[in-house]
Amino acid sequence: MIRMPYFPGCTLKTNAKNYDQSIKAIFRELGIDLVELPRWNCCGAVFSLSSDDLLRQVAPITNLLRTQELEGTDSVDDPRLVVPCAMCFNVLKRANQRVRENPEDLKKINDFLYLEAQPYAGEVQIVHPIELLIEVSRAEIEDKVRRPLKGLRVSPYYGCNLLRPKEVAIDNPEDPSVLEKITEMLGAEVVENPNRLRCCGSYQTVVDQRLVGDLVYDIVKGASRGGADLLITACPLCAFNLDFRQSDASKSHSDHKELPILYFSELIALAFGMKNSFGGEHFVNPAPLMENFLKKEKGGI
Amino acid sequence: MSGQFVRIKKVTLGPKNREFSEKVEEISGETINLCDQCGTCSGSCPLIGEMDITSSQMMHMAQLGLEEVLDYKTFWICASCYTCSVRCPRGIDPAKVAEALRQIKLRKAIDYLDISKISEEDAKKLPQIALVAAFRKLTG
Repeated sequence: MIRMPYFPGCTLKTNAKNYDQSIKAIFRELGIDLVELPRWNCCGAVFSLSSDDLLRQVAPITNLLRTQELEGTDSVDDPRLVVPCAMCFNVLKRANQRVRENPEDLKKINDFLYLEAQPYAGEVQIVHPIELLIEVSRAEIEDKVRRPLKGLRVSPYYGCNLLRPKEVAIDNPEDPSVLEKITEMLGAEVVENPNRLRCCGSYQTVVDQRLVGDLVYDIVKGASRGGADLLITACPLCAFNLDFRQSDASKSHSDHKELPILYFSELIALAFGMKNSFGGEHFVNPAPLMENFLKKEKGGI
Repeated sequence: MSGQFVRIKKVTLGPKNREFSEKVEEISGETINLCDQCGTCSGSCPLIGEMDITSSQMMHMAQLGLEEVLDYKTFWICASCYTCSVRCPRGIDPAKVAEALRQIKLRKAIDYLDISKISEEDAKKLPQIALVAAFRKLTG
């Protein structure tokens, strides 16, 4: 088992427990033990875009300092910080980039953190679980697939924070393919969605449900037009909007066809033969689809 | 777009205009005069239909230092999806300009989001990242 530091972030501990649990389970299966970062704190959820307000970078950098503190200890084998939440990933990676490119900023932040035992050196590397999966060989993943998802039509949805801006992108920001590759490894069928990169409305969900419902309508429609059974995502806020705001999509659009939303890691867990569901609250319940799929599978399709 | 085009008739720029555009540049860290109004940001924006001026118009008003840009809601509707940031052929980040405009309002203690208006049902259901993100972007 290779141990790696793991940053869950706030939402994986509450609304998105199913993301947290499925990520840890699939990597354990692949020989990677994700060790929760000691004393982690809120990353800030959104990267501060104002150049004159350095104080807002202190929270993400503190987490990177906690990761740096693990160096030379016996608690991890691979020191890269694994961050599944797309929003945390974006914030931590951009904050890291900012201090790497601006030594003056790094110095000032370290001055803010004067009570810490050591200053942050800017060296920590941040990796998303999808990047980690691509590093693992295709053969190794396919070897773990005990229940190929043959016949399941999956529409990958990327959203914003894993791809934009390009400095932090895990793949080509305009034409990514990593989620499609993973979906294929599991034996499922990829359904193309022209709206797979479009914003789900993000935090506007707090202000205007109708607005987010409209965006979600387009995204889900893009998937259902291609005959998708479900959408997969890697972001807990996308997952919430795509799932719960479908009720608003239905209110404004009488032709809205509801589709269930799963984390990509839940789909992998299903293919790895782990228990079908890791729980989590849903508006569109994925259970009937999954049960139906498993029944068909038993019946030999 | 719900409104009409913003009519800017005979703009006379004075020191106040320069002061405003310099403030936007300072907070955003962007050289806004690089914008040549090609419209790629507006054409790429997934929320353009909800905005009262396009992002290109927002950029233009910021360039001219027209403080009236703060009366529109375009920069509040921006959800920081960075599609424009990736596509701008002039290498400007309009998302940072929107952030600067939000900050100018928020630093005067003018919030866009009224926390008391969040329904009880939503407050229970919304994930923390939604709330933290909205508070950071839309309240001071």
